[in-house]
Amino acid sequence: MRRISPWSTPALIGFAILITFAITAGPILLAGASPIEAYYRFVVSPLTSEVSVLEVLVSATPILFTGAAVAIAFRAGYWNIGAEGQLLLGAIAAAGLGTVVGGLPGFVALPIMLAGGALAGAAWAFVPALLRVRFGIDEVVTTLLLNPVALLLVNGLLHGPWRDPISGFPESQRIAASAEFPTLIDRSRLHLGFPIALVVIAIAWYVLARTPAGLRLRAVGLSPGGARFAGVNVSRTLFMAALVSGAIAGLAGVSEVAGIQNRLTGGLSPGYGYTGIVVATLGTLTMPGVLLAALFLGDLTVGASSASRALGIPSQIGAIVQGALLLTTVALLALRRNRASRAADPGAGGSVAGDVATGEAPVAAETSSA
Amino acid sequence: MSFLIDLLAASLRNATPLVYGTVGETYAERSGVLNLGIEGTMYAGAFAGFATAWATGSPLIGLLAAIIVGVLSGALMALMTVTFGANQHVSGIGLTIGLIGLSEFVNRLIFQGGELQRIEPMPAVSPFGALELGEAGVIFEQYGLTWLAFLLVVPAAWWVLQRSSFGLEIRAVGENPEAADAAGINVARTRYAALMIGGALMAIGGAFITLALLGSFTLDIIAGRGWVCVALVIFGRWRIGRGVIGALLFSLVFSLQFRLRILPEFAALPFELLLALPYLVVIAALALSGRNVAYPGAYLKPYRRS
Repeated sequence: MRRISPWSTPALIGFAILITFAITAGPILLAGASPIEAYYRFVVSPLTSEVSVLEVLVSATPILFTGAAVAIAFRAGYWNIGAEGQLLLGAIAAAGLGTVVGGLPGFVALPIMLAGGALAGAAWAFVPALLRVRFGIDEVVTTLLLNPVALLLVNGLLHGPWRDPISGFPESQRIAASAEFPTLIDRSRLHLGFPIALVVIAIAWYVLARTPAGLRLRAVGLSPGGARFAGVNVSRTLFMAALVSGAIAGLAGVSEVAGIQNRLTGGLSPGYGYTGIVVATLGTLTMPGVLLAALFLGDLTVGASSASRALGIPSQIGAIVQGALLLTTVALLALRRNRASRAADPGAGGSVAGDVATGEAPVAAETSSA
Repeated sequence: MSFLIDLLAASLRNATPLVYGTVGETYAERSGVLNLGIEGTMYAGAFAGFATAWATGSPLIGLLAAIIVGVLSGALMALMTVTFGANQHVSGIGLTIGLIGLSEFVNRLIFQGGELQRIEPMPAVSPFGALELGEAGVIFEQYGLTWLAFLLVVPAAWWVLQRSSFGLEIRAVGENPEAADAAGINVARTRYAALMIGGALMAIGGAFITLALLGSFTLDIIAGRGWVCVALVIFGRWRIGRGVIGALLFSLVFSLQFRLRILPEFAALPFELLLALPYLVVIAALALSGRNVAYPGAYLKPYRRS
């Protein structure tokens, strides 16, 4: 690797965060607040009390799952934009199973919930994955379009068979006590979902970095043609990456239902699946990166709501920061890639399929390598 | 009879934002850029149009503001994907997250979450009012933007894309940018233009909802209509005419379920399934056509001159 110090990954991400803060100074000034004070509120304040640190971890929990899910898929060059829908399917499964496992002790009920949610998420990822590996049909659009379908499914259940029979609210029945994730610390909302997310991240890190399956996945992402030439079953690897990604996104749904809502609700996810794309990109598709990025965004989420109370900055600043972070990070990654490919081979200019900076169409990638 | 007439009138009305969005997305995709910023662009158009009309008292100035926002959004998408050559779908999702956040942020600043503000919506016009159509005349009582969509924007957008040299350039840079470049077409400029025109159309589609249909702005106002347009573009195989037919079909189903679900005898029907149809139909159509899906040649590929 050449020495590209100002372009090294940590420097680049830090730079993206700085640019994002410069961009979001505009809306903050518009709200009549001082940007410096606002950033202090966003980033530092949540870390100054135990209560709010625990809230940061609660906010980070769902996006740790979806961030890991998206990162695994993107790493393989499979552009799963459907984590949102896969999360909702996991939530449906958890809400459904949670009402029927009441007679079982927690150590039986909780694994059933987790397995059910993971299976449901993987099932929602199945059709786009099959279409991709069988027919080369671009998964970006198919995974994306299944998100609104999943939301319609949730709403259909809540306005139909699962509507609360007593209150008549569009909320499902409360799940059994043994199916709820226990809280880890008294008088906080921090629940079992957080350590489970850490375990998932650790396993994903180990598999990606240290096992043959992980090597195959990374090879397929870097160069499907090269991987195929080296004897890797590219279709199978992509297919497995897609299903694992869906399963982990499904766990996010289980975690929100069993740990926070205790039932299926329409507002269960304010776009955690899409935030997963921000987390994965900001974490440059590595598991330690995902961990840091999810904690950082959790910090910002808690900070944004405290800033909205203290400084009168609407809490939607959080979404602006997320959007700007995603755009600046992916732009800087693309600029780095352009630089590197110019330096390496002025004639090439081609891009790498598994590169988060570019992301070519699978159809094109496959025909060009065939 | 009046049910049917009412249904057809509503279908044309509800199809309008989808028609603008689908034509706009078609322009982007035919130039080789999948613009997933559409959901956010429609949202920002809806909000900017409403807020400006509310502040100035003029829906037309509101529409102009929406168009400006749409053009800027298209330009930002072009900066990301053409100038920087960044990942198209991640850029589009980032644009959507950011624009929805920004719209809701400014909405909160201006209206402070107080009671719902209203504007006088654009009036419906009936250019054929002089004709004696009786009851059926209701079908032709549509908003100006609906007339504009079907009578001017769709034919003009089709003509430009299929018959003009500018349209040929758009299709060329979307199919084979290397060849287009060799033929002396400025790939970057053409994609910028296609994305900015597309962005303007998407924003008009969003603004139609606030300026004409509702006369107010509420959160989640686009509610996935942008994603419907992404589906319709594929349903129409990247052709404007077929995309518009898809928009009309979807709108017919949407308007029908809207009318049926309030009737007690239909209360048990799973209407959400009907609403999910366009997405499922598109995925099924993709599956059935298998390897023969004719994506634009340079779909999702950035172009860098070597």
